[in-house]
Amino acid sequence: MRQPQFGGPRDNGPRAAGFQRASKEQRRVMARLFLFVMQNYRWSILVVLACIALSSVTSLASSLFTRTLIDDYIAPLVSSAQPDYAPLAMALLRLGLVLMLGVVCGYTYNRLMINVSQGTMLQLRKHIFRRMEQLPVSYFDQHSHGELMSVYTNDVDSLRQMISSAMAQVFSSLITIVVTFTSMIVLSVPLTLVSVAIAAVMMFATTKLGKWSRGYFRTQQESLAQVNGFIEEMVTGQKVVKVFCHEKQAIADFEVINERLRASAYNANRISSIVMPVNGNLGNLGYVLIAVVGAAIALSPQQLWSVSLGTIVAFLQLNKSFTQPISHISQQINSVLNASVGAERVFRLADAEPECDEGTVLLTEPQGDVDFRHVDFGYVPEKQVLFDININTNPGQKIAFVGGTGAGKTTIINLINRFYDIQKGEILYDGIPIIHISKRSLRQSMAIVLQETHLFTGTVLDNIRYGRLEATDEECVKAAQLVGAHDFIRRLADGYQTMLHGDGGNLSQGERQLLAIARAAVANPPVLILDEATSSVDTRTEQMVQRGMDSVMQGRTTFVIAHRLSTVRNADQIIVLDHGHIAEHGTHDELLALRGQYYQLYTANQIQD
Amino acid sequence: MNKSVLGTLVRQIGTYRWAAVATPVLTALETVADVLIPYETALLIDRGLSVGSMPDVWKYGALMLLLAFLSLLLGVTAGRVSAYASTGFAANLRSAIYDRIQTFSFANIDRFTTSGLVTRMTTDVQSLQSAFQQIMRVTVRAPFRLLLSVMMCLVINPHLSLIFVVALLVLGLCLYLIISRAAGLFRQVFAQYDALNLRVQENVQGIRVVKAFVREEHENSKFETAAEGLYRLYTRAERLMALNHPVMNLVMYGCIIALSWWGAHFVVGGTLTTGQLTSLFTYIMSILQALMMLSMIFVMLTQSAASAQRVCEVLHEEPDIVNPKHPLMQVTDGSLEFRNVRFDYGGADGWQKSRRSALYNVSFSIRSGETIGIVGGTGSGKSTLVNLVSRLYDPRGGEVLVGGHDVKEYDLEVLRNAVSVVLQHNTLFSGSVLDNLRWGRSDASLEECQWACRLAQADEFVSEMPEGYETRIEQDGVNVSGGQKQRLCIARALLKRPRILVLDDSTSACDTATDARIQRAFREELPGVTKIIIAQRISSVCLCDRILVMDNGVVSGFDTHEELLRTNDLYREICALQNADKGDFDVPQTEKGGEG
Repeated sequence: MRQPQFGGPRDNGPRAAGFQRASKEQRRVMARLFLFVMQNYRWSILVVLACIALSSVTSLASSLFTRTLIDDYIAPLVSSAQPDYAPLAMALLRLGLVLMLGVVCGYTYNRLMINVSQGTMLQLRKHIFRRMEQLPVSYFDQHSHGELMSVYTNDVDSLRQMISSAMAQVFSSLITIVVTFTSMIVLSVPLTLVSVAIAAVMMFATTKLGKWSRGYFRTQQESLAQVNGFIEEMVTGQKVVKVFCHEKQAIADFEVINERLRASAYNANRISSIVMPVNGNLGNLGYVLIAVVGAAIALSPQQLWSVSLGTIVAFLQLNKSFTQPISHISQQINSVLNASVGAERVFRLADAEPECDEGTVLLTEPQGDVDFRHVDFGYVPEKQVLFDININTNPGQKIAFVGGTGAGKTTIINLINRFYDIQKGEILYDGIPIIHISKRSLRQSMAIVLQETHLFTGTVLDNIRYGRLEATDEECVKAAQLVGAHDFIRRLADGYQTMLHGDGGNLSQGERQLLAIARAAVANPPVLILDEATSSVDTRTEQMVQRGMDSVMQGRTTFVIAHRLSTVRNADQIIVLDHGHIAEHGTHDELLALRGQYYQLYTANQIQD
Repeated sequence: MNKSVLGTLVRQIGTYRWAAVATPVLTALETVADVLIPYETALLIDRGLSVGSMPDVWKYGALMLLLAFLSLLLGVTAGRVSAYASTGFAANLRSAIYDRIQTFSFANIDRFTTSGLVTRMTTDVQSLQSAFQQIMRVTVRAPFRLLLSVMMCLVINPHLSLIFVVALLVLGLCLYLIISRAAGLFRQVFAQYDALNLRVQENVQGIRVVKAFVREEHENSKFETAAEGLYRLYTRAERLMALNHPVMNLVMYGCIIALSWWGAHFVVGGTLTTGQLTSLFTYIMSILQALMMLSMIFVMLTQSAASAQRVCEVLHEEPDIVNPKHPLMQVTDGSLEFRNVRFDYGGADGWQKSRRSALYNVSFSIRSGETIGIVGGTGSGKSTLVNLVSRLYDPRGGEVLVGGHDVKEYDLEVLRNAVSVVLQHNTLFSGSVLDNLRWGRSDASLEECQWACRLAQADEFVSEMPEGYETRIEQDGVNVSGGQKQRLCIARALLKRPRILVLDDSTSACDTATDARIQRAFREELPGVTKIIIAQRISSVCLCDRILVMDNGVVSGFDTHEELLRTNDLYREICALQNADKGDFDVPQTEKGGEG
């Protein structure tokens, strides 16, 4: 079961207070995370548990010492004429040593838990990144980029809290409760009953408050989602708001839902914010009851139970040690439940199905002969996008695809290097079905220039070399010269060593495209896949980019989604696609003579005088 | 956090001021009651238990019970009031940010990203809400409790309390040393987070490139370097912070031992009672707790300081276009004139500045009712030019005149209604087709909307939609095609009945034939309206009365198509490129649905 996501893609939103029950799914996720941690840090965890136990016991020892101090040392000292402090000094020394042990244990487990939690985060990050790199392209189509990115930060981070503090705290709270309870029983049964009663009231109150608030929290999350959606939409369209002078209306609309959120947030928050004072003050109440009941028992004439002054004093502290962990655990359970939502997303990414590669054939000397035989394809089984596609090429030919949006041009070029796998028919590379070729080898034998350019953080040179990592500097420069990028690169502040940040944001669209073409040129494969830029680039840059593309096409089998007449006209084969079917197929002159779709497209784009 | 940030945030408390004041007062009172309990315990032990006086036990017991209930009542009330104040504060803050954004000019909007603004209004406000609540309660409680506990110790026994004073000094010094060093490390951790994020982002966005070049291993090793860097820094910072704990414990345990030793001496010497010793032990615990809370608050405040900073960036952003004092309330005609207009986007860093188009001494004039085409390469200043007409930006120098008056003299709303701009990157909003059209004029009748749609060549496809004009448009118009969206945006702009209509590359996703039909409709139905059409395709503008050719921020030519072909080299070049060999092979969009 998926946790409902409110408050933006990653904001888990505030949650109800009080004890909450983990769902089955959450328990499964927790168990898995626990196993993951245990796998790598078994010994650390064992040492940590031992240290936690020791330090809980030692801190209890300090509470119990008050009783010893009063009953065993101070009382005799007061009554003796010549007080001898030596036994007290010895006792304090022993206590000091025990406490030191406690401090050492505490520090040790904290240090170890840092390694465990940070180490686990590192391993999880590496693990999911490796997995992400193996995922099929379709995965990235189906998931928003923001969603994927925040798995690495927000979601992995939410585990840090859970591993380092929640796990440790819950364990130490449990130990404290058990040990405290035992010593309380040993000291005095009636006073223990008082403590347990108070603890029961606390748990009852917390659970009640939690239940009471749950409905309000749901309402709050709904209004939060509404506000977030509204903000997102309006801010995105802010310029339109300005152009239409819609500001006043926009503010009025916002006020309504903002007030609704405030009211529901108040309702939810007013309950959750009394949990702490209720718990704290119930603890106080317990303290008072112990003092009064203890005193009453001590002074009762019947002397049914003997309770010493020291016992009462010790109990006052034990009561705190007993009730505090209970409210701790309730807090931690909440944070663990919140973290489990993050953990679930981390594991979901880790579990995503990687793209399969059953191919074994390695292309040693690829020629670039690509054929389509009766290819059918759909991104989803219900909706077929390509129907019976047949294309025969010879090495070195230029194949241009034309057709409207949705005709299937982009889809076809995505099949050649197996970004997607076809359902029927086969695609052959040098006569071998590509499904039998190792993906690595197949993709290395072709380069791709997409319409949308993606560059990586690093120098200009690094980005060109991305095409072939072992290319020398000279080869990279040569590629840049070939595609006509050399001139603008030289004019950059540090030439080829200029650092590019944020997808090359400091370059113009055309310049970025030239780098992408140079990157493909350096790879020097026999097959090239090009998605020509549309007319949003201005004519001059377009010309520059076009020349770059023309030069890399030389001597390679090229599949190009064409937007320009020149490209189409010079193509060896033109394939006109219409709703996933090949409508027409031939050279420019042949297709014009047909007077069919191509002819219409061609004439529609001529300038009418 | 500097003063102005704090001041700005405090102002947002507004009408919730009383609650914001009441919470700390109530919390303080609760703390007093809370801290007094152990003191009363001492009295109960000494005056009741030690001397065997049951009435005194009852007396002090009842007093303590009263205090406990009082504390409970105060605490619960404080909790409720704090919820009221903090949720109200958050609502005010959201309103303030939102209202502020509404006053922004385009230049202001450009300085923020959309996602940045959304995060500020959601996540950041949420984190400030809980920080505010914590400040009102815990931040008052912890130091107050610390102070009161120390005071009570002083009241019980000033000599023994010296132990606490010394301990607190030692502890304060240690914590200061640890935290100040850790703060620097944490800053580095955040920077490293950005580096990690960048790696992931590049891979998510460029996954096709990574896969096409088989660079998965290469990317893995780059990512691992970043992740390991983060691990090292974060571990160092956390290890440093982990020292807090043993230091605190050592000091407190030291206190317990010292207190036991000297306490015993004092009790034996008769200057301290057993009951008092007991309460001193309780106060040690209380002080330790207060310190823990303080260190928690420190971590929380550093986190929300960043949120506060981000929120205040918006609140402190001054809108740079405001209404004139005595505005003109009418635009008489659609004439337009530019006089020596200069403009630049003034980006902070040199790169941006040089990359965005500026205008240099642009002068021209357009008669009311003319149809003008504007062409030029990207970055030549076409969009910039038309954005100055409705004061979406203000020029750096020179004047823009509409209807014979400087645009700065008009009321903004009057001006923007008279000059209707169809933006290049346009948006539809969730709601019916009709709702969207009525952005143009809220009281437009169905007939008027249909008229506008007919002109924009949208009537046909809207009528074919399942519920016609009542069909719901999803957020950002995802359920209509690009071309349909553009036509709805044009219709919306027409409903303003403007004097000047500006189309900024607004038919790029429509096919040439539709484009031509729209222009014909404009010519026939809107003769008195000045039409300014920016386009990439020469075919879209060649029928205009005159064409303005922009080249790197200057006017290269302004004449008819034929004249320009004769006199303007740049225009001829563009025409030649598009018309002849290197022309556009743009294919009409299929109207429904995209790929995949």
